[in-house]
Amino acid sequence: MPAPVAPSTARAFGPALRIIGVGFRREPRPLAVAVLGSFVYGVMTVFTARVIGHLVGTIVTPAVRVHQITSAQIWTIVWELGIVVLLNAIGVVCRRVGAGMAYYNLIAHYRRQVTRQYLRLPLAWHHRHPSGQLLSNANADVEATWSIFQPLPLALGVVVMLVVGVVEMLRIDVWLALIGVLVFPTLFAVNAVFRSKMSPRATRAQQLRGEVSEVAHESIEAALVVKAMGREEQETERFAERTNELRGAAIEVGRVMGIFEPVIDAIPTFGTLAVLAVGTARVQAGDLSAADVVQVAYLFALLAFPVRSFGWVLAGLPVTLVGWTRIDNVLSAQGSMAYGDRALPADGSGALSMRAVDFSYEGGGTSDLSSKDSASVGGAQVLHGVDLDLAGGSLTAVVGPTGSGKSTLTNVALRLVDPDSGEVLVDDVRLADVRRHGIPAAATLVSQETFLFDDTVRGNVTLGGPYDDADVDRALRIAQARDFVDALTDGLDTRVGERGATLSGGQRQRIALARAVIRSPHLLVLDDATSAVDPTVEVAILDGLRAEAQRRGSRSTTLVVAYRLSTISLADTVVYVERGRVVDTGTHAELMDRCAPYARIVSAYADDAQDRADAKAAAGQDVQPVDAR
Amino acid sequence: MSTSTEERSDTRTRHLGDTESLGTWAILRRGLTLSPELGRGFSITLALALVATLGQVLVPIAVQQTTDKGILAAGGPDVGLVLRLVIVVGLAVLLTSVASYAVNLRLFRSSESGLATLRIKGFRQIHDLSMLTQNAERRGSLVSRVTSDVDQISKFVQSSGLTLIISSAQILIATALMLFYSPELTGVVWVCFVPLFLLLRKFQARIGRAYLAVRERVGDMLGAVSESVVGATTIRAYGVEDRTAERIDVAVEAHRRAAITAQVRTVSAFVSGQVVAGVTTIAALGVGTILAAHGRLTIGELVAFLFLVNLFTQPVQTATENLNELQNAVAGWRRVIGLIDTPADVPDPGEGGVDLPPGPVRVQLQDVGFAYPGGAAVLHDIDLDITPGSRVAIVGETGSGKTTIGKLLTRLMDPLTGSVLLSGVDVRRIRFSSLRSRVVLVPQEGFLFDASLLENVRFARPGVSEDEVLLAFATLGLGDWLDGLPGGLATAVGQRGESLSAGERQLVALVRAYLTEPDLLLLDEATSAVDPATEVRIQRALERLAAGRTSIAIAHRLSTAEAADEVVVVDRGRIVQRGAHEELVADKGSVYARMHASWSAQSS
Repeated sequence: MPAPVAPSTARAFGPALRIIGVGFRREPRPLAVAVLGSFVYGVMTVFTARVIGHLVGTIVTPAVRVHQITSAQIWTIVWELGIVVLLNAIGVVCRRVGAGMAYYNLIAHYRRQVTRQYLRLPLAWHHRHPSGQLLSNANADVEATWSIFQPLPLALGVVVMLVVGVVEMLRIDVWLALIGVLVFPTLFAVNAVFRSKMSPRATRAQQLRGEVSEVAHESIEAALVVKAMGREEQETERFAERTNELRGAAIEVGRVMGIFEPVIDAIPTFGTLAVLAVGTARVQAGDLSAADVVQVAYLFALLAFPVRSFGWVLAGLPVTLVGWTRIDNVLSAQGSMAYGDRALPADGSGALSMRAVDFSYEGGGTSDLSSKDSASVGGAQVLHGVDLDLAGGSLTAVVGPTGSGKSTLTNVALRLVDPDSGEVLVDDVRLADVRRHGIPAAATLVSQETFLFDDTVRGNVTLGGPYDDADVDRALRIAQARDFVDALTDGLDTRVGERGATLSGGQRQRIALARAVIRSPHLLVLDDATSAVDPTVEVAILDGLRAEAQRRGSRSTTLVVAYRLSTISLADTVVYVERGRVVDTGTHAELMDRCAPYARIVSAYADDAQDRADAKAAAGQDVQPVDAR
Repeated sequence: MSTSTEERSDTRTRHLGDTESLGTWAILRRGLTLSPELGRGFSITLALALVATLGQVLVPIAVQQTTDKGILAAGGPDVGLVLRLVIVVGLAVLLTSVASYAVNLRLFRSSESGLATLRIKGFRQIHDLSMLTQNAERRGSLVSRVTSDVDQISKFVQSSGLTLIISSAQILIATALMLFYSPELTGVVWVCFVPLFLLLRKFQARIGRAYLAVRERVGDMLGAVSESVVGATTIRAYGVEDRTAERIDVAVEAHRRAAITAQVRTVSAFVSGQVVAGVTTIAALGVGTILAAHGRLTIGELVAFLFLVNLFTQPVQTATENLNELQNAVAGWRRVIGLIDTPADVPDPGEGGVDLPPGPVRVQLQDVGFAYPGGAAVLHDIDLDITPGSRVAIVGETGSGKTTIGKLLTRLMDPLTGSVLLSGVDVRRIRFSSLRSRVVLVPQEGFLFDASLLENVRFARPGVSEDEVLLAFATLGLGDWLDGLPGGLATAVGQRGESLSAGERQLVALVRAYLTEPDLLLLDEATSAVDPATEVRIQRALERLAAGRTSIAIAHRLSTAEAADEVVVVDRGRIVQRGAHEELVADKGSVYARMHASWSAQSS
């Protein structure tokens, strides 16, 4: 249709049609029902005017002339109009239910696809994308892409309606049809202009709406810090700034809408008036009857509103395109981890080796889903040539300053991330050669930041694995979680809430520990996994782990990131890491001897206590009176 | 923090009100008071809307006049008359169009301004709520009260609200005109529609329930989806991708079903309206023909009447769809008003309050008792007097109540019984502006914003120079760590500081606290994830800073206690020991001696 389509809409047109094609292939049946229903609706809407015109001409006018009406005539009115009304209603039901089903099926399908992809893509990909963006991709972007299918069947029905309508007008009178041929394309063109003016403004308002929401989210998550530092006013200003921008943008949307809505309303009205004027002249010329004029006028009134659905579809095209681009970038994201076909030996002891492992986080911060994903280069290198050898059945402690790469090391050890270069072996099998899910079957991590599912305590410990309640019980006991779990209202069946919100940090850590213990892994990696637990409880946990290891014949390997001497002293080997390099490896005693920075960290508390005792002693000898010690 | 959340598990109540007791009108009235811009000039908007509506009835009148006086005129079709008529009506349509433009613009202006005010009020209120109330709510549900709930209202005011007004006006005007043309036929139309009006109430309730279910399913679904993102590490470490996918599938499917149910119910309501409209047209034409045959109606009047029926049924149908939006808007309004009308139970005394007296802060707790809402008492009869300028460590096991004491001291919560005094003034009388700038709490998890390191530090002291910030890092012995970051102070920390480790985030929080130079510094497990050497270094630096100031540290690492002037031991909500570290350790068999023994076993 030749219409001044907006550049953005014009550019969106071709690609958006392809996306619509994807939708039709995915949900052919409901969409076919919707489109057919819409055709019926379109034809019947025109026929309403035709039947009314027909009835006025053949029944009403003669009846008025003879001042008499028969019941047969009344019945003709009822059944002729009744059929049209009924078919029209059926058409609407098919159209709207079909479109709704197609839409909801599509968004459900793509939500599954997108989240499958989240689960499949490697952690490195997740690190590149802010979690907020990923959530809105699975939610808002999927909806935005397919929302076009809500007005689309209606618009297709309206095409039929217009064609039939124009044919109908032609059948009645060429001159009146000419008015229709002028009015409806004008309406379409005005709609297109309207949308082209509207789209950028609506997009901007939508974007600001997102920003307002982001500020609110962040600020409310930070509520405790905001309160503790008395920054409520400052935060409110930050929020108000965005809110006021949104207000301005929304008013701009209103201004454009305010201009176009009345114009779009007025055009068919003027058309109707023109029909009346021209129609009267044609009646005078003896070419038309009053009923004909009325019918065409009625047709204009009926067609005016549905034609608007073109506007909705036009407005939807760019939205569909933007949404689809973002979904497609997730669905087509490459860089999945390649898996081999080997398994870790079932009777392995979890011996872990690393050879010249380098690892960097990608630079350039996070990337947006709207642009093609690029694994950027030149980020911060976190691990440099790390060599490590953990003998089967040994316990190794990794010690190092805050931010030295310890957590990254644990992630590499379980192949949660792949090193840039070098290799990692467990029981002499290269982790890169192990089949999918082969590593979790034999090696387990309890990370610093605990994650619990919105599930029961039992579900969080077993994660659907083949464990009975006795196993769960034993694991909870070793993790020192048994007592507080028993005290929960439903015991093992207590739901822990979103991310375990109903539990304390220490409780969450213990459940996460039980989750690892129950799997009796050959290789257990603990990354500061008891930081929120009291010292006394921690000692009990470590004792439990040791007893468990003995019970099973001590054929499992443990890697633990720790600062506490009690933990370190259990270790056969201590690895000291600084700035991503292994600085020294040996027993605790050896390192205390020859690795000064290690000794400084490990004995920091003791040294500090000593210094203070010395200072106090010195102060005691001081003749000067010292206030408040 | 660990203890506070542990205690939080007893917290079940103290949710925000959602003003269930208020009816729809009361909500609308209260909403108008909160957003006065909405009401301003509304009568003018309404008058303009009525003018705009008149545009709709011009066409049927023109059709009737044309038919009766133009086409079917006694002396044959009168083109001149029709032309004059068409021009007059055309001008009138232009006028109503201008009115319609004015209505749209005025509505957008007033609603966007009014709702921006409401949003900001609501946002501020969230921060003014006590910590307890904040924690009792899911963060997401708080956010939605100032975002999607308000959007719902604006959507309603701008489109559905106007549509409802115009629809009602249209129904009234159409009825009036129909009465003018034929009272009998008007009766027929109304008789057809009364059952629909009655049915609609039932439909409304069913549709409302269906959409409520959809909203709940959306929440579940988003929760399930978020696990695949937030739990990415755990899911891979345990190889539970398939299980997580199944959980998501269940939630997604439940949402799909609920949404389709809601759609089907909406369509059935709409189609019922459509069928009734059709039946009405049939009845009007049938009865109208009989009346016309008996000379009670002209053909033009009958035709005009059919147009009017269309004018009458259309708004009734749109109104049914828009009543849904009204319900949603009222529900949204209810939630925002519920938020704003929730009393801040830890209020700022504001103007009526006093400033915290200058100088080092003396801290007194007198007979303080506390229980979390719906839970058992966690503090009993706490009496404590902390000398100005001293360094105190509060220690105790998880759940002993030590963090609660910290929250009371900084007035994040108020005690149930007794009082907290800072420099002799009841903390409830101290203005927040004074209290928050001079009393600073560093929690275990210092939240970082998605911005650069520098901006995050500046959060504590806006406008502080880069040099001062660098100096602060150096003084705290964190210069090396800062140098190791790829971008130095310009390093982006990611959402919630995700790009840094937990220990590194604590370092940033400490720099923040350092820069505020508080007179009372309270560290609540603020170094729990930091390595011991760094921790000791920071502690020393903070002590230099705290010289002449009061500092309180809550910690389970007893190194902190060894360094303090005085140690306060809390056990099961009571202070069981007080004194210097050496004295307390010497008390064999005491709680502290036991704690210290297990600590020593770990650290030496």
